[in-house]
Amino acid sequence: MNPALAPVIVGAGPAGIRAAQTLARHGVRPVVIDEAASWGGQIYRQPPANFQRSGASLYGFEASRATAVHRAMTGVLERVDYRPRTLVWSAEAGELDVLHRGRTSTVPYSHLVVATGATDRVLPFPGWTIPGVFTIGGAQVALKYQGCAIGTRVVFLGTGPLLYAVAYQYAKAGAEVMAVLDTTGLGPKLAAAPALLRRPAVLAKGIYYLAWLRVHGIALHEGVRPVRVLGTQRVAGVVWNDGHHERELACDAIGFGYALRSETQLADILGCGFTFDPLQRAYRPGHNVAGRSSVPGVYLAGDGAGILGADAAEWAGERAALALLEDAGVPVDGARAATLERRLARIAAFGAGLERAFPFPAGWAAGAADDLIICRCEEITAGDLRGAVKDAGAHELNRLKALTRVGMGRCQGRVCGLAAAEILAHASGREPRAVGRLRSQAPIKPIPFTVVETGPEKPA
Amino acid sequence: MRERLVTDVAIIGAGIVGASAALALRRMGLTVSVLERDFCGSSASGVNYGGVRRQGRSLAQLPLAQRAHGIWGRLRDVIGIDGEYLRSGHLKVARSDPDLASLEAYRERTRDFGLGLEIISGQALRLRWPWLGSRAVGGSWCPDDGHANPRLVAPAFAHTAQRLGANIREQTRVDEVAHDGQCFVLRSGNEIEVHAPFLLNCAGAWAGAIAARFGENVPMVSAHPVMAVTEPLPLFMSLSLGVEGGGIYGRQISRGNCLIGGGRGYALDDERAWPGRSAILSVMEQAVELLPALRRAHVIRTWSGTEGYLPDHEPVLGFSATTPGLIHGFGFSGAGFQIGPAVGEVLAELVRDGRSSTPAEAFSIARFTDPRRPHEDVATHPLKGIEGAPP
Repeated sequence: MNPALAPVIVGAGPAGIRAAQTLARHGVRPVVIDEAASWGGQIYRQPPANFQRSGASLYGFEASRATAVHRAMTGVLERVDYRPRTLVWSAEAGELDVLHRGRTSTVPYSHLVVATGATDRVLPFPGWTIPGVFTIGGAQVALKYQGCAIGTRVVFLGTGPLLYAVAYQYAKAGAEVMAVLDTTGLGPKLAAAPALLRRPAVLAKGIYYLAWLRVHGIALHEGVRPVRVLGTQRVAGVVWNDGHHERELACDAIGFGYALRSETQLADILGCGFTFDPLQRAYRPGHNVAGRSSVPGVYLAGDGAGILGADAAEWAGERAALALLEDAGVPVDGARAATLERRLARIAAFGAGLERAFPFPAGWAAGAADDLIICRCEEITAGDLRGAVKDAGAHELNRLKALTRVGMGRCQGRVCGLAAAEILAHASGREPRAVGRLRSQAPIKPIPFTVVETGPEKPA
Repeated sequence: MRERLVTDVAIIGAGIVGASAALALRRMGLTVSVLERDFCGSSASGVNYGGVRRQGRSLAQLPLAQRAHGIWGRLRDVIGIDGEYLRSGHLKVARSDPDLASLEAYRERTRDFGLGLEIISGQALRLRWPWLGSRAVGGSWCPDDGHANPRLVAPAFAHTAQRLGANIREQTRVDEVAHDGQCFVLRSGNEIEVHAPFLLNCAGAWAGAIAARFGENVPMVSAHPVMAVTEPLPLFMSLSLGVEGGGIYGRQISRGNCLIGGGRGYALDDERAWPGRSAILSVMEQAVELLPALRRAHVIRTWSGTEGYLPDHEPVLGFSATTPGLIHGFGFSGAGFQIGPAVGEVLAELVRDGRSSTPAEAFSIARFTDPRRPHEDVATHPLKGIEGAPP
């Protein structure tokens, strides 16, 4: 192996694992850095070793994919430098800054595959900060990783393919799913059907979840608008509007979200160029179909580079690794690369169909009351944001942040950034594209002061 | 078609200096156009540490600092917001006896300026500020210094000036600036052309390039301070903290976040700066030593900015030595936030009166460019004959 070739993969989900496997197969030993205790990413997250739930119960229809991805990693563990429980908190001059067991160090790289995944896209509604309200992805992680449900009587609310899948998983696991409240009506889903039919197996899964939930008597409401969470110290119920009337349901937990958003901070810190994705109404790091970013030697794969789901992430991870090898002068199978590119092009059309089937709720910003908290870390309301637009003429997102603190808290805008952009765009009469995006700053996630050796604590 | 603005005064840069000059000029009844490359107060004025401190300044700066102190005291009346300004006190910590002696010497030198400095050491220091780390052996306490939120204060000066009629153009880069024999002509692309008999060079770290176009080369360099902020912590300190001999500085805002600064980052390009890992880690290490309470805290964000430094760490403030009507106000060497509002008033006085009511001669650009004194002849004052000008 070329000693100058020292690739690093950030993320051990489907994209990162396939990238690692591909490099290993070509005799290249990558470093694989991942925040989790064990590989699989969010979708194929593995429970702690002493947990005994079966793959089928953990991953449902995805069990065979999960097994395949897990095995792919197991198969190359000897040939990769795998570093779990390790946070990449910054990057500088060809080195990643990583935090592991409370200490910081640097990891140099010659090439970098960024496979940082996604988190829930959050659009606040009144009461969303009341304990007992979770994101849909968070609800799923609790179940997959810890075997915990977020409550005993759960409502799922929002949009996106995960909405029905998680409701199904909760019901199967024995939680009482009180209702699924889908903010999308039937119309967009039908309109998107031709695009979705490009992947009939996936569409069939979605239909199966729906049918299963219906057969098991779980209330499904489409085209709803969330009104508020009931309760003060704890979720007591949810109120929604069905287009005609306000309706109310008692529950003790709510999982909500509007599909996913890419985790893009590392790509930003690395200097990758960003492009606006009109379907996702968000900026994401730009890349070609092979995964090459605008920065030589930096490759992007998986949901962190645009939301296309786990299957696409596997292909993109493999394709990005092949691109890396090509760029490093290692011979690769061109036909395989072309096949992957064809699949990725096809799935991109499917992804566009998904976005159309579960579109961003139109009019969300217009309907957000002034007292609605947008940034929970800093307790910034929609009215605060509108005030900065009206009084100070803010029309750019970083400017809005400077004037109001939105996005300045622990999450650094990862939760509130998109909602803030929507409010800003609406209040300033601009398109979301025109208000820009929050600049990423180190650390990507909070780091403790004790990352450097400071000796034993002395009494003050 | 290019928009043509004709005003009494053109200002390059809407940081706290340019914006407060615009505000003062409007209050004098002069017309003002301000061209700002980015957003008002978005560079050093808006991303600095937020110290509002007289203690530690050179004797030459103290008259300006005292004038600014008065403006800060009336901040809400001046800019319409409190800017999170707190007269919390500023404690400059000594980590050795020689450092403490140097703080005492500073107190003696500045006795006539009314800073009210108090030297506190040993047991008294521990009793008063028990959260201080054990390396602090003493400190100099300035009870009426404090801190404020630069993100809010700097833009508010600009917005107030704008409300009073200043023509402030954001995201408007000055591509060309020259004197055509009659007045200054500034151009931004094909959009805007400004004509004015006076030009204020308030372009911060980029002001050296403006001065150079008028034949004045100053040895200014850019530096990039490193800032880090924690999540909100229980309130334990309200004052602003510095260290004799440099190192780090810190304050806790009323929300509970601690803001720590120190060290040097670097430039990513001409406009953007990055704090850098070694500086971040060094600031964190020193911060825990000074403030053991941070041991259980996290840094949630870091940033840097771009400041212009001159070799003697004094600003350039006053008339150009080459070009009548050109007035400089830049090079605050990392300490412009507190005196910025007074500098703005001084710049406005220089325009209107040809001289300042607060001594500023020490800051002439001539100290770098020319042994002769700068041009201050009121007879050739470019405002002559213009409405609002002195007779």
